[in-house]
Amino acid sequence: MTLVTLAQATYLLAAVLFVLSLAGLSKQETARRGNVLGMVGMVLALVATIALALDASQRPPVVTALLIALVLGVGAVVGTWRAREVEMTQMPELIAMLHSFVGAAAVLVGFNSYLTEPPHGVHLVEVFLGVFIGAVTFTGSIVAYLKLSAKITSAPLTLPGRNLLNLGAVVVSLGLLAWFVAAPSIWPLAIMTVIALALGWHLVAAIGGGDMPVVVSMLNSYSGWAAAAAGFMLSNDLLIVTGALVGASGAILSYIMCRAMNRSFVSVILGGFGAEEGAAAPSAGGPVGEHSEMSAADVANVLAGARSVVITPGYGMAVAKAQYPVADLVEKLRARGVQVRFGVHPVAGRLPGHMNVLLAEAKVPYDIVLEMDEINDDFDETDVVLVIGANDTVNPAALEDPSSPIAGMPVLEVWNAKQVVVFKRSMATGYAGVQNPLFFRDNTAMLFGDARDQTEKIVAALAQG
Amino acid sequence: MTTIGIPREASGQRLVAATPATVAKLVGLGYDVLVEAGAGAAATFSDEAFADAGAKVVDEAGAWGADVVTGVDAPSLEHVAMLREGAVLVAQLQPAQRPELVDALVARGVTALALDAVPRISRAQSLDVLSSMANVAGYRAVVEAAQEFGGMFAGQVTAAGKTPPARVFVIGAGVAGLAAIGTADSLGAQVRAFDVRPEVGEQIESMGATFVRAPEAQQEISADGYAKPLTQEQAAAALDVYARECADADIVITTALVRGTAPTTITAQAVAAMKPGSVVVDLAAPGGGNCELTVPGERVVSDNGVVVLGWTDLAGRMPQHSSQLLGTNIVHLLQLLTPDKDGALVLDLEDPVQRGMTVTHEGELMWPPPAVAVSAAPPPAPVGPSQEERAAQAAAAAQVAAAKGKRRMIAYALAAVLLTLGIAFAPAAFLGHFTVFVLAVFVGYYVISNVSHSLHTPLMAQTNAISGIILVGALLQIGSDNLVVTVLACVAAAVASINIFGGFLVANRMLRMFRRGA
Repeated sequence: MTLVTLAQATYLLAAVLFVLSLAGLSKQETARRGNVLGMVGMVLALVATIALALDASQRPPVVTALLIALVLGVGAVVGTWRAREVEMTQMPELIAMLHSFVGAAAVLVGFNSYLTEPPHGVHLVEVFLGVFIGAVTFTGSIVAYLKLSAKITSAPLTLPGRNLLNLGAVVVSLGLLAWFVAAPSIWPLAIMTVIALALGWHLVAAIGGGDMPVVVSMLNSYSGWAAAAAGFMLSNDLLIVTGALVGASGAILSYIMCRAMNRSFVSVILGGFGAEEGAAAPSAGGPVGEHSEMSAADVANVLAGARSVVITPGYGMAVAKAQYPVADLVEKLRARGVQVRFGVHPVAGRLPGHMNVLLAEAKVPYDIVLEMDEINDDFDETDVVLVIGANDTVNPAALEDPSSPIAGMPVLEVWNAKQVVVFKRSMATGYAGVQNPLFFRDNTAMLFGDARDQTEKIVAALAQG
Repeated sequence: MTTIGIPREASGQRLVAATPATVAKLVGLGYDVLVEAGAGAAATFSDEAFADAGAKVVDEAGAWGADVVTGVDAPSLEHVAMLREGAVLVAQLQPAQRPELVDALVARGVTALALDAVPRISRAQSLDVLSSMANVAGYRAVVEAAQEFGGMFAGQVTAAGKTPPARVFVIGAGVAGLAAIGTADSLGAQVRAFDVRPEVGEQIESMGATFVRAPEAQQEISADGYAKPLTQEQAAAALDVYARECADADIVITTALVRGTAPTTITAQAVAAMKPGSVVVDLAAPGGGNCELTVPGERVVSDNGVVVLGWTDLAGRMPQHSSQLLGTNIVHLLQLLTPDKDGALVLDLEDPVQRGMTVTHEGELMWPPPAVAVSAAPPPAPVGPSQEERAAQAAAAAQVAAAKGKRRMIAYALAAVLLTLGIAFAPAAFLGHFTVFVLAVFVGYYVISNVSHSLHTPLMAQTNAISGIILVGALLQIGSDNLVVTVLACVAAAVASINIFGGFLVANRMLRMFRRGA
């Protein structure tokens, strides 16, 4: 037994723990155990790696050890701080940001690998691919982060011939790969890195805000492939296994998201979703009818007489941080014997499962939070539906108007309920920029204002009445 | 103006063909309603109430002499003689059993509509008096049985010990049988039911009973929704089923009526095998009874203490609601017969519903009517050519699919071969890593594909943390003697470790928030 074989054995153990960790996370009951298994796996992998690094160090081991301690310390402090401070509503931004770190690390490790190892055909290809994927992930995630945190506009950037631009970037990169393998030097690698950075930026910039959940999980997948590519260039099986696991899982999540939105994966990736709205949707312009309004007291009255209530939350609830008063409302209604359930659209919010996390944060029991398919047939028998900050996911145009940009997307059929109350700031359109005919239906009433304030008023009115 | 007469029924019939509520509707159709004095007394409807609803209270001759006479039961021959020539008589006439009455009606020259001959089609449901009365009778049968039975229907566990639920066996799942099942079930009894028509099993189960399956005693699906007479073997097998089930039951409710006549379902022997104190309610008593011991209209106790109820007036025992239901059926009939709501009665013999009910028309015998295909029948089997066409289409589609599948299969095989060749040329070290990579992709695919939707975000945070494993690569490079490499590796390691700590902690924080409802 040498240090290397011991480390390999530890890596194997860590890889198994990672698989178990992801398997555990697929069910509520085992999710926390999955989380812990992942941490244990990571600790084992890092301990083995640090031992190897010290053993193979070309500098005095003490210096290496200090450096390692320093970087891990920085990572621990910053990571813990971000994880503790982040608002649940900002989770999408945080995750996008973390993806960019993996991308950046992959680029840097790739360059290092080129600098430290003797040039050799297959290795060069691996380095090249690793840097390419890492760079695309890096800038793509940064753009996603900026869009999600509203630091730049979420509207898709549509350069003329954008698909040709992307294709061109890939073709040029392939050419540079040939050059790099034929005559290894830092130049083709550096030029490709710049091109890949631009490509990542452009790819995500061209995707509209409505598709962000898919983009986030797609970038998650990329970060995995970047780690796997790094594993190939470093001949490290643990990196390969872990990267492949993450890559596959992110790809599946993206696929699930796309299916939920009835969009093909390719069309999401190629982007430009919001671009056709103006031309394609005749209803996208001004309002298409009269809407009626309700006050918070009216809504409280309606709720007091209801037997079955369904709440369909959307990103607006997250923005207003209305999940706490909503949870309060749910508790009050349930205490009165009203059946209250949540209907969560698969793409509600800005990343998959966003609403579930927010509701869980507010201590809403997860067994009354249902998926779209579970609840869609029940709207007929529902007395009141509260649409809180959701728009595109409850838009009947998706089913009724073939020219709508969201045509064919499965939506929550809230309009089948007896009464629909839509909580909204104003009559503006949703993230997809599509007008919503739901607002003008006879059985729909609008409750304008901040979702959090309005919900609190309803709770207060219910407590009095 | 056309008048409608509501005569008082013969003694013993507590129902009345109209209630104040239905009189108001008849008036709304443009008719003058003449109610015989005391017609509703037995059903708790006073003459004043009828008058308030817009009817005129008249004597016997006045009611029978109206243009349209609506009754509950068939009139006596004396009453037929009181009908005007050309009048319309609406009542439960039992034309198949009462040929002498039909002859009298023909001779009198009246138009007679039998309320008990409404064809069983969906459109005619609202006029179907038999259904209305059977529904009430089924309910009442359970009430009568409960009165006779010396125990509670629902099982109980008390400090004083435990009583089992009553076991109820219902024969025949027509309207009465189903109503009895529902009522007995709602009282808490354990209900089993049998019908010779296998297709009603679903209805029986929907009412909360267990369907007794006995293929040897059950027949083919019938074309008109009514049960047919059984073959001899089937009948014998059915008797065995009845005897077996009755022996176990506390209450037996038998409702088997095959086209007006009552077959024997419960032999004297079967009764002898029942427990003392058991109750048999025979809803077929008007047709002679399903049970050999049944005496129509009487309560009989067998030698072994089994009570056999042969009441023929179960619906009449709840006259208020029964009259209301019957009266509403008659209103629906008159709505059909008064298309313009102007008090002018129009009989359309082209309409299968009206034709089916018509026994005599202005002195002409119209009975029996032509058969009507009913909606309870299964959809007709598709005719020859379309079936062949469909088969051909399916075959063609299958062929196309097969061809497509074949092409795809070839493409996959080709790709696999090329890929294998390509990989075979790769260096051995790469091959090992590639094997690991491909297997890991598949593991990831299967591990993640059944993830629950609510966990997507924590899962993403977790995979994010795990992809920080790239830290391993960076750490190994920190020890390099090349300063540039060390600096780059330090930066890479720092960001990767932020990823690891941040990702795991955020996933953990989210997971701690999930909780199950109380």
